[in-house]
Amino acid sequence: MTGSIAIIAALLVPLIGVLGIVGARHKPNLRETVTLVTATCLFILVASLLTPVLAGGRPSISLLEVLPGLSIAFEVEPLGLVFALIASFLWIVTSVYAIGYMRAHHEKNQTRFYAYFAVALSSTMGIAFAGNMFTLFIFYEILTLSTYPLVTHSGTAEAKRGGRTYFGILIGTSVAFQLLAIIITYFTVGTLDFTQGGILAGKASDVVISLLLLLYVFGVGKAALMPFHRWLPAAMVAPTPVSALLHAVAVVKAGVFTILKISVYIFGLDLLADIGVREFLMWLAAATILISSIIAIRQDNLKRRLAYSTISQLSYIILGAMLATEAGVIGGTMHIAMHAFGKITLFFCAGAILVATHKTEISQMRGIGRTMPITMTAYTIGALSIIGAPPMGGLWSKWMLGMAALEAGEVAMIGVLMLSSLLSIGYLLPVSIYAFFNTPDPQNDGKPVFKEAPALSVAALSFTALGCIALFLFPDPLHHLASLIVAPVN
Amino acid sequence: MIAAHLPALQIAVPLIAAPICLLLRRESLAWAWATFISWVVFALAWMMLEKTLTGGAFNYELGGWEAPWGIEYQVDAVNAFILLIVAAIGAIVMPYARASVNREIPEHKRGLFYTAYLLCLTGLLGITITGDAFNVFVFLEVSSLSSYALIAMGRDPKALTAAFQYLIMGTIGATFILIGIGLMYQMTGTLNMADLAKRLPAVEDSRPVLAAFAFFIVGVCLKLALFPLHLWLPNAYAYAPSVVTAFLAATATKVSVYVLYRFVFTIFGQSFSFDVIPLESILLVLSLAGIFAASTVAIFQTNVKRLLAYSSVAQIGYIMLGVALVTVAGLTASILHIFNHAIMKGALFLCMGAVYYQIGSVKIEDMNGIGKKMPFTMFAFVIAGLGLIGVPLTVGFISKWYLITAVLERGWWPVAVLILLSSLLAVIYIWRVVEAAYFKSGDDEVVVEEAPLSMLIPIYVLTGASVYFGIETSLPVETAAEAARQLLGIGG
Repeated sequence: MTGSIAIIAALLVPLIGVLGIVGARHKPNLRETVTLVTATCLFILVASLLTPVLAGGRPSISLLEVLPGLSIAFEVEPLGLVFALIASFLWIVTSVYAIGYMRAHHEKNQTRFYAYFAVALSSTMGIAFAGNMFTLFIFYEILTLSTYPLVTHSGTAEAKRGGRTYFGILIGTSVAFQLLAIIITYFTVGTLDFTQGGILAGKASDVVISLLLLLYVFGVGKAALMPFHRWLPAAMVAPTPVSALLHAVAVVKAGVFTILKISVYIFGLDLLADIGVREFLMWLAAATILISSIIAIRQDNLKRRLAYSTISQLSYIILGAMLATEAGVIGGTMHIAMHAFGKITLFFCAGAILVATHKTEISQMRGIGRTMPITMTAYTIGALSIIGAPPMGGLWSKWMLGMAALEAGEVAMIGVLMLSSLLSIGYLLPVSIYAFFNTPDPQNDGKPVFKEAPALSVAALSFTALGCIALFLFPDPLHHLASLIVAPVN
Repeated sequence: MIAAHLPALQIAVPLIAAPICLLLRRESLAWAWATFISWVVFALAWMMLEKTLTGGAFNYELGGWEAPWGIEYQVDAVNAFILLIVAAIGAIVMPYARASVNREIPEHKRGLFYTAYLLCLTGLLGITITGDAFNVFVFLEVSSLSSYALIAMGRDPKALTAAFQYLIMGTIGATFILIGIGLMYQMTGTLNMADLAKRLPAVEDSRPVLAAFAFFIVGVCLKLALFPLHLWLPNAYAYAPSVVTAFLAATATKVSVYVLYRFVFTIFGQSFSFDVIPLESILLVLSLAGIFAASTVAIFQTNVKRLLAYSSVAQIGYIMLGVALVTVAGLTASILHIFNHAIMKGALFLCMGAVYYQIGSVKIEDMNGIGKKMPFTMFAFVIAGLGLIGVPLTVGFISKWYLITAVLERGWWPVAVLILLSSLLAVIYIWRVVEAAYFKSGDDEVVVEEAPLSMLIPIYVLTGASVYFGIETSLPVETAAEAARQLLGIGG
């Protein structure tokens, strides 16, 4: 199969899946089978692009030209491929998890849930494979629109409030800042194509370029850089599978992915390194890392704590991009993968605890490790990976980011990374300690009963936890793919 | 034979059809006749646009009387494009009208309704096609008087006061326009537009010409509802019958904008309008103020038709902002937005007409949960609403893109930021409706059916157009660019 067909198929397969899901709405088993088959097909399609890209090819296709020089076009390069591989692979795992979760939790409107989920994945593929900033922007907005019904899924007043914050910040920043930046870029350069080495160098004054960088970074609200981070905790009202795949992987990673993409292909690392405000944004990312870690420590609700942890971890990747070195980009790209596996495990565990025990607050989780040993072991593995401790995959991306900071001569940033690791120990591990070393609350009769979440959910979270370990043992394929992003084109 | 007399037929056909419509008496016949005529008018407008785009501008002397003594029709890319918009909206709205009119207008008035509609159509087309300044006023009155009658036919008693308010404001506007034209005639002795354009420069420093310009601009801005002269519009749109709202919102103010283009650029000329008179800063300030004030007011409306009406006032702001730029790019954006906004607002008002048809109300609180009960109508509303916000792949995005590029070309950075910020206000007011329709549960006991096909098809024609022309932009963009060049007298 040629690459360009695979690109189009990757966009269409989830949408065809939507038709199947809606068509099978009265037969839940068939409907979930459709989701699983769709997710598997998508992953195979994306994986089929691996061979040509590793061989140095850049499969591409141009669909239509809306305005002169402004077309909807796709091009697969290593960065996008990493993102697409992770998102499509974890969609399969999340679907397995969701079947257990949604049924055990007796959620309503499950057809709507699976259908919008598939739309969200289609737009994620669009973002990953976008060949220019205009195409990326379109799919970025579709992703916001398609996830809104998922965030407000429960339909409660709280969900609606959360949905408004979510929608308001994401649409607001993207229209007011990102779109403006895109129009200015098009106006000054005449193209929006992602090009190795960037398109802006020498095309505009320093002031305009600095302004553009600010507009782009703040315009990508999905990256949750402070002060535009509040949508992420607000989105935690969504069902757990949504928080797990979309708000730990697809949506937030679409944000940091966009920032990496802009840094490498719109500005180019050489130009980026010379921009004065880059330094400011780097410090802002560092501040976001530390401040949101501190906020995370103070959260009692597990999902909210994880959300603030995500905000902190996303800024690692922004930091990597703003270091403007090759190692920074490689580290950032690797962190997309490492954090995805670690954080999705943690969210799966939070959901499993909710389904099995109806507990959402950490203070209620004393002794829960005795009733849910598998879940809490997986939680601990995920937590260690986020912290960056061996033998978990999270170590490697932190390692690369630390190297990049050294290379760029930003010693202070190494301090930030260290401090952040300490803080993440402080907000993630107490949950494990509570779970394993405290005795359960007296009201449980003090007698632990083995009561895990549905088997499918437990299987999914065990799988991603093992993934964290596998990424520690075999980080090389990922590192190789990431290093191709900054390698000279042959 | 037909090709030679196209401009005359464009006006004569609906004008003669109107009294015939009155004689038909039976509602079904009157509707069929009005629909047929609308389609004929559309075909004529299409042929005329083809002719101007291939063969360039042409004149037509009415009754064979030579200009400047006789009345002359002048057709170029600018007004051929506007004619097409008006005629197309008429042709799309009429098939929809029957179900809606039967629900909203008492039986004995239905024949009158179609007659008034045909007269209104004649007036709007006449204003656009004529090359004679006084003739503009005559057709303006034809369209205005018939639209007062159309608005007053609304089922809500408030429609009467709304029509009366519009009548007062509209008459003031028309009178100002007449005073302006009268002063021009006094100074030049001619009413023919081409002739006026030639003779005005000689007397342009005189006080009567300045007064003529001032009266004319204020009058026409009243008719096109430029903020803060928009006060008649929200009530008129909110309480008029649904069909009338959709038709007028998509055409009436747009035709007035055309009149402004014609007088400001062709007759007075760019140098007089923008160098002698500070029209640029006046229009810039008023359009920006209008965009923000009207969008903000729209957010707080509970009646969706009123909400959309305020949104129209804001959209007029974008159209006038393009004029204030006084560049080809700016005028292109302005003309383009006339086309694009007609499509989107037409679609949105038609959706509201379908909702009113089924539930008898267009209040937001009555629309709770309607997304499930009328899925096709509300889906169209969402798509057209996204266009209004300016989401990519809809026509609204193309308008905004051109407008912002044009603004950047003049180096007005803050204005570009303001335009984007104003889109966020549109997000809020459209989203209020979407939230009610999809995310609030209504009364499940009340059975509401989807609108009939005769309504859905026109709705989807317009909604489809709002996506189609958002992707395949060449027809509107090229025509608008050509029209802009002709207005500014650049190139051919």
